[in-house]
Amino acid sequence: MSQPSATVALIGNPNTGKSSLFNALCGGNARVGNYPGVTVEQKTGRMTLSAATVEIVDLPGTYSLAARSADEAVAVDVLSGAMQGIDRPDAVIVIADATNLERNLYLFSQVIELGLPTLLVLNMWDRIASTGMKIDPACISEQFGVPVVCTSASQRKGIDEVRQALASILTSKIDRTKESAAFASTDSASSNFPEAFRMETQGLLDWLRSKNVTIAQYQVQRLLIDASDAHVHREIPSHLASEVSQQLSEARSRLASAGVKIPLFETQARYAWIKQKTAGLIERPRGRPPTISDAVDRWLTHRWFGLLFFVFLMFVIFQSITLLASWPMDWIEGIQGWVASMLEGFVGPGPLRSLLVDGVVAGVGSVLIFLPQIVILFLFIGILEDCGYMSRAAFVMDKSMSTIGMSGKSFLPLMSSFACAIPGIMATRTIDNRKDRMVTLLVAPLMSCSARLPVYVLMVAAFVPDIRYASGWITLQGIVLFSMQCLGALVAIPVAWILKRFFFRGEPSTFIMELSSYRWPSWHVMFSRVWERVLAFITRAGTLIFVTSVLVWAAAYFPGDHSTVDEATRRLEGLQAAEVTDEQAIASLEESINLGKSRLIDQSFLGMAGRALEPVVRPLGWDGKIGVAVLASFPAREVIIATLGTIYALGSETDETSDGLKEQMRAAQWPDGKPVFTLATAFSIMVFFALCAQCASTLMTIQRETNSWRWPIFSFVYMTTLAYVGAMLTYNLVQRWML
Amino acid sequence: MPTDSSTLCGLQSGERGQILSVEGSDAVAARLLEMGILPGEEIEMIGAAPMGDPIEFSVYGYRISLRRSEAARVRIEKQP
Ligand SMILES: Nc1nc2c(ncn2[C@@H]2O[C@H](COP(=O)(O)OP(=O)(O)OP(=O)(O)O)[C@@H](O)[C@H]2O)c(=O)[nH]1
Ligand SMILES: [Mg+2]
Repeated sequence: MSQPSATVALIGNPNTGKSSLFNALCGGNARVGNYPGVTVEQKTGRMTLSAATVEIVDLPGTYSLAARSADEAVAVDVLSGAMQGIDRPDAVIVIADATNLERNLYLFSQVIELGLPTLLVLNMWDRIASTGMKIDPACISEQFGVPVVCTSASQRKGIDEVRQALASILTSKIDRTKESAAFASTDSASSNFPEAFRMETQGLLDWLRSKNVTIAQYQVQRLLIDASDAHVHREIPSHLASEVSQQLSEARSRLASAGVKIPLFETQARYAWIKQKTAGLIERPRGRPPTISDAVDRWLTHRWFGLLFFVFLMFVIFQSITLLASWPMDWIEGIQGWVASMLEGFVGPGPLRSLLVDGVVAGVGSVLIFLPQIVILFLFIGILEDCGYMSRAAFVMDKSMSTIGMSGKSFLPLMSSFACAIPGIMATRTIDNRKDRMVTLLVAPLMSCSARLPVYVLMVAAFVPDIRYASGWITLQGIVLFSMQCLGALVAIPVAWILKRFFFRGEPSTFIMELSSYRWPSWHVMFSRVWERVLAFITRAGTLIFVTSVLVWAAAYFPGDHSTVDEATRRLEGLQAAEVTDEQAIASLEESINLGKSRLIDQSFLGMAGRALEPVVRPLGWDGKIGVAVLASFPAREVIIATLGTIYALGSETDETSDGLKEQMRAAQWPDGKPVFTLATAFSIMVFFALCAQCASTLMTIQRETNSWRWPIFSFVYMTTLAYVGAMLTYNLVQRWML
Repeated sequence: MPTDSSTLCGLQSGERGQILSVEGSDAVAARLLEMGILPGEEIEMIGAAPMGDPIEFSVYGYRISLRRSEAARVRIEKQP
C-alpha cells in the first residue's frame, strides 16, 4: 500500500468504543472488551479514503489530557507527536459515549484546543433510545463548530458517515496557528479561565520559548495545573528542571493569592462551557429508572453472594474445560496417530522417519491436542470481558486486594494474566500508583496462564483418577485442575504482601474507577478473542515448539548408532506386512528393538544431560528425562509437552507408539521397574509449572515495561526458587500422604 | 475514618446529595473533578461492595466506584 497521506488519532474516554470503531474502519483486530483499560498501547491500521491511504491510530482511553497513568501517557504522547514511529496526527476523531455525553465532552474540550481538525463521534447511539435519552446531534455540531456523527460501532452502524466526515475534515487545510487562536478566541473552554491564569501561561510560554524549549500552549497549561509528578513534566529538559519548578511554584502562589484554585478552576471552567453549549440539547429522563443492570448488580456485588459467585464462576469454567474438551481432544489425538502411521507407511525406518514421527508429530502434535481447552477457556474469558462483569469483579475485590497493598485496579491485569501474562503485564499501565503497578507486574506471571493449562490437563488426565460426583457433573479431575489454577494466585498473596512491605512501601493507592454497565456479550467480540488466541497457539506450535521439538529430537537421537534397531524394525514390519504369525520371531524382534531403543536414548546427548541433571531433580521425584524436558521448557512452558512427547516416542516400546503421550508416560519406568510417574511426581511437576518463570517473552515484557534488567532477573530468581521448593514439598507431602 | 453525614460516606443506598466541594488539590482531587464529581452536581449512592468498601455512585448518568477514603473528601448536602 502507498505511504499514508495523513494520520488520524482515535481518542476518547475509556470504554467508549474506540477499538470497536478502529476495527470497523480498518478491518483491524484490536482487542475489545467491556471494561475501562482494554487498550493500553497505540495500534495503527490503514484505510483508504477517496483513493488516499490514511493511517488510523487506536489509543488507550483517557479522561483528560492530564495523563496520570502510563496508558494515558501513551494517548497524550501520540497526540503531541512525541511518540516514536507515529507522525503527529493530522486530525483527531474524539469518540464520546453518547449516554454519558457531558463527561465525555470534557476531554473533547481539551482536544479541540489543540487546533487540529476534529471530528466528534457520538458512539453507543443504539443505547440512547433504550435509556430514554434525547440528543440533538445537529445542534451539538453547530454549537461546537465540528462535524458530529452518530454511530453504533459494535454493530458497524454509521461507519460510512464517519469516513465521509473524515474525508471532509482532512481536506480542510490544517492550520497549526489555530491552536493559539482557539486559546484566545472566546469560543473555547479555556477562554473561561481566569485572566490571571492566562497571563501566567503566556509568561511561562514566552520564557520557555526564549530558552529554546519547543512546547505547546496546552502543555504549559498542564505544567501549571498538574501535580509535579505528572507526565507533562517530562517535556522539560533536565537542565532547566529546577528553574522551571521554581517558576512554577512562584506562579502557583501568585495564582493562589489571586484566588485561582488549582485544579478546581479548570474543571469548573470546562464543565461550565460544556453545560452552556449543550443546554437544552441533551435530555435525560427524570429519576433513575430501575434497570436490569442494577438488578443483576445487586446480586453480584452482594455482601457474601458476590464473592461466592466469583469463586463459583471460576470453578464452573475449569469443570467445563475437563468435561467439554475431552471428546474433541480424543478426536485430535486420533488424527495425530493417523498422521504418524501414514508417515510410517511412506518413510522407511531411519533418521528421517524418526525425525518426522518422533520429533515433529509426537512433539508438535502433543501440544496441538490441547487446542480445545484453549478455545473453551477463551470463550469464557471473552464472555466475561465483554459482559461488563470485569469492572464489577474489580469493585468486589478491591477491599481484599487493598489488605495486601494493591487495589481493585490491580485486579484487571491479574485477571487478564490468566489468559497470558504478557497482556496482563502491559495492562498494569492502567495503574496510576507506580508502586502498586510494580507489585502487580511482578506477581502477574504467577497467575495461571493458558500455557500452563495443557501441562495440568496432561498430568491430571494421566494420573488423577476419573472419579465423578453429582451424577457426573463434577469431576475430581476438574477439582484438581481448578486447584492448580488457584495455586499461583494464592501464592501471589504473600508474595505481593512481602514485595509491598519491603520493596515498594508507599502511599496508599486509590480506586476511582468507572463501572461499565452489563451488556450481552457480542458474538463478534467473543469470536475474535478466541480466534486471536487460537492463531497465537497454532503459530507457537508451528514455530517455537516445532524448533525445540526438532532440537530435542536431535539431542535424544544422536550420537547413537541406530542401524541395528532400524534393521530389526524393518524386519518386523516386513513380517507384519506379509502377515506372518510367527509369534516367537515377532516377540524376539520386539524385544531387541525395545532394548536397543532404551539403550540408544540413554547414550544420547539427552541421556547424558539427564544423568547430569538427575541429582538436582531427584528431590522433586523426577528422573533425568523429566529434568531435561523441564529444562528445555524454560523458554516457553508448553514446550514440556512436546519434549516429553518426543522423548517418550523415541524411547517407547514398539507396541505402544500409537498410544498417546498419556499412556507412554504411565508406562515409563525407573531402572528397578517402579513407575516413574506417580501421583506425587505428577503433582510435583504441576506445582513446579504453576510457580516457575518459564516464559522468555514474559521476562522480556517485564524488562520493557520497567525499563531495567533488574526486575526480570528478580522475577526469574524468585519464581524459580519458589517453584523448586514448592515442588519438593509437594512431592514429599503427597508421597507420605498416599502411603 | 470520617463517616460524617456531610460527605459522600454519609449516604445510604438510594440516597442523593448535591456536591458542595472536593477537598484537596492533589491528583486524586483533580481526577474526581475531571470525572464530573463537581460542585453543584447531583450524586446518588447505589451500593457498597461486599465489605462495605468501595462504594458505587451514580453521577452524570454513569457509575463510578470510590473508596471510602476518597468519598470522604467530597462534601455534599443531602437531598430528601
Ligand atoms: N451497545 C453498544 N456497545 C458498543 C458500541 N461500541 C462499542 N460497544 C461495546 O463497548 C465496549 C467497549 O468497546 P471498546 O471498543 O473496547 O472500547 P475502547 O474505547 O477501545 O475501550 P478502552 O480500550 O478500554 O479504552 C465493548 O463491549 C463493545 O462491544 C456501540 O455502539 N453500542
Ligand atoms: Mg480500546
